[in-house]
Amino acid sequence: MADFLPQFLQQIINGLTLGSIYALIAIGYTMVYGIIGMINFAHGEIYMIGAYVGVIVITALAMLGLETIPLILLLTLAISILVTSCYGWTVERTAYRPLRGSPRLVPLISAIGMSIFLQNYVQLGQGARDVAMQPLITGGWRFGPEDGFQVYLSYMQVIIAVVTVVFMTLLTLFISRSRLGRACRACSQDREMANLLGIDTDRVIALTFVLGAALAAVAGVLVSLYYGLVNPFIGFIAGLKAFTAAVLGGIGSIPGAMLGGVVLGLTESFTSAYLSTEYKDVVAFSLLVLVLLFRPTGLLGKPDVEKV
Amino acid sequence: MRLYPLEALAAAVLTAVLTIPILGIDIVVDGPRITLTGEALPVLIAMAAVFVVRLFQEPLKTAIGWVRMDRLLPSPERMTAYRPMILTGLIVMALIWPFTVSRGAVDIATLALIYVMLGLGLNIVVGFAGLLDLGYVAFYAVGAYSYALLAQYFGLSFWTCLPVCVALAALTGCLLGFPVLRLRGDYLAIVTLGFGEIIRLLLNNLDQLTGGPDGIGNIPKPTLFGLEFARRPSQEGGVTFHDFFGLNYSGGDTVIFLFLLALALVLFTLFVINRLIRMPLGRAWEALREDEIACRSLGLNPTVIKLSAFTLGASFAGFAGAFFAARQGFINPESFTFIESAVVLAIVVLGGMGSQLGVILAAIALTVLPEVARQFAEYRMLIFGLVMVLMMIWRPQGLLPAARPRLKLPQ
Repeated sequence: MADFLPQFLQQIINGLTLGSIYALIAIGYTMVYGIIGMINFAHGEIYMIGAYVGVIVITALAMLGLETIPLILLLTLAISILVTSCYGWTVERTAYRPLRGSPRLVPLISAIGMSIFLQNYVQLGQGARDVAMQPLITGGWRFGPEDGFQVYLSYMQVIIAVVTVVFMTLLTLFISRSRLGRACRACSQDREMANLLGIDTDRVIALTFVLGAALAAVAGVLVSLYYGLVNPFIGFIAGLKAFTAAVLGGIGSIPGAMLGGVVLGLTESFTSAYLSTEYKDVVAFSLLVLVLLFRPTGLLGKPDVEKV
Repeated sequence: MRLYPLEALAAAVLTAVLTIPILGIDIVVDGPRITLTGEALPVLIAMAAVFVVRLFQEPLKTAIGWVRMDRLLPSPERMTAYRPMILTGLIVMALIWPFTVSRGAVDIATLALIYVMLGLGLNIVVGFAGLLDLGYVAFYAVGAYSYALLAQYFGLSFWTCLPVCVALAALTGCLLGFPVLRLRGDYLAIVTLGFGEIIRLLLNNLDQLTGGPDGIGNIPKPTLFGLEFARRPSQEGGVTFHDFFGLNYSGGDTVIFLFLLALALVLFTLFVINRLIRMPLGRAWEALREDEIACRSLGLNPTVIKLSAFTLGASFAGFAGAFFAARQGFINPESFTFIESAVVLAIVVLGGMGSQLGVILAAIALTVLPEVARQFAEYRMLIFGLVMVLMMIWRPQGLLPAARPRLKLPQ
């Protein structure tokens, strides 16, 4: 019983770490849904590509002999964001833009096709096996008595939290203060009207995809640093969970996606700790069904949702 | 003729950014260490291809414009006229098939027929009712595991289990659909996707019941009015097919019998679905797909109609699942991944949503083509994904779209 509180704290730390990752991916789903009302199934694969680019850049920098960790982190994030932004833009341009104005089912099927395509493309290029990377950042703080249960907070978990908060703040500032951000908000309220008022809606939609992909890349790089394990299939489950997070928070709402991610991360870490690890995914998906049943607008969703 | 050299260059540079990390750099895993090696050729090929296509975009578009899909493929109305002929032809071919070709070819044809069953079932949900179900494989798994478990624990025969499997799959569909179908359409897609994963995780983790990842083996094959297809009867006093007819035992008989059984099940499925879509219920499915608000105002209950389509679609998956388990004799959760759902969806999309003939031909094509082009097996899913995207852009109604019911006033 004496261990209860430290264990509880440990689960909160783990849950927040996991939740930050889900929140970063969930924002991509929620922004795209807010503007064109479509589930971008290929988003999970973009995150997976971001993780691969992360592994490649970190390995390349290590081969070049670079050892300053902050510099490695910054370079990796920058390159990964660049590549996935290109992916986000290209996917939108080739698979979704030609379908604007078709029935709802059509872009959805195209998105599933794109997701299958990207997953198999990476599988062909990099092989289907797991790629395990030596941890770059090790160590952490331990709290608690020497002989009892110690709460462990690793440096990597702190980095994940800090990077997530930084990017969330940047995004919030961009959406609320900049001219393009205002255009985004206008498009999500009424796309046709925004178009009539001189906003290039196609550009705004492309921007939404690029922003979502950039945040997915951040999540991908953080995951490859935290777990050190990537394979072409990580995007499927992560995408599904991030979508759950977006729905949980209220789809279309950016703060909702952040909250939803954290709630889902906590749920999952508590399930693995107190119930069973095998069923953590089952619990996450059941949560999705329950939320859709009892509160389809999500935690922060109001009938008049504040969209991107 | 206008060329776009600058745009083409930009597109080629973009292609380089996209392909270098995936195709250009290989991650070499060497024990705990990983290193990178470069490979320039695939990137250069991709860049050149994109450059050329973008440079000659306009003449290419004109050229593609000449090859009109509408002119190559017959119109839905003409297809309706040919339909009985094509169907009869297919059935006759299917009846001759097992007696003229090798065992392997018959086996592949049986697999194709399973996909026809699945495609026809999913066609009710996606094609007629317009509900995107991405977890269709869950109901297939329910059917397969129901038969396997009933046979293992209670020793029930295929024919006793078949209706039970159908009922269980329908019940699962109904239980899942009831809460979910009141939601907006695209939520349904994601919930069914999650549900498909839940079923697979449960099958993997309920070790005591389902054998976990090892699956269930020794599932009995179907019998013909109690006659077994085996060298010796499995039970004391059982009669085998070759003993009863005084033939020599041949393993090929089982394969042929399974094929003919699959054919019978497909014809049954086709018959039931054809009756259903002519009933008021079937008409309501299509009406609901076209305009939900109009349906509501005419007094149709959308939830009940969607639920009926979802349940019936699930029951046909259970039907196909039971047969699949019987044919394989062994099942494990690996047969019921999301990829399987995606393949069935690709069949429906490719054939034309709502078009049964299209779905049948697409199912045959998508099972036979990978077998013929075995050296390209690793590209199979890549091409599936690409075809789904391209079909949505160029021909969202599918290769053989369904003819819409209509009347023409005499002039």
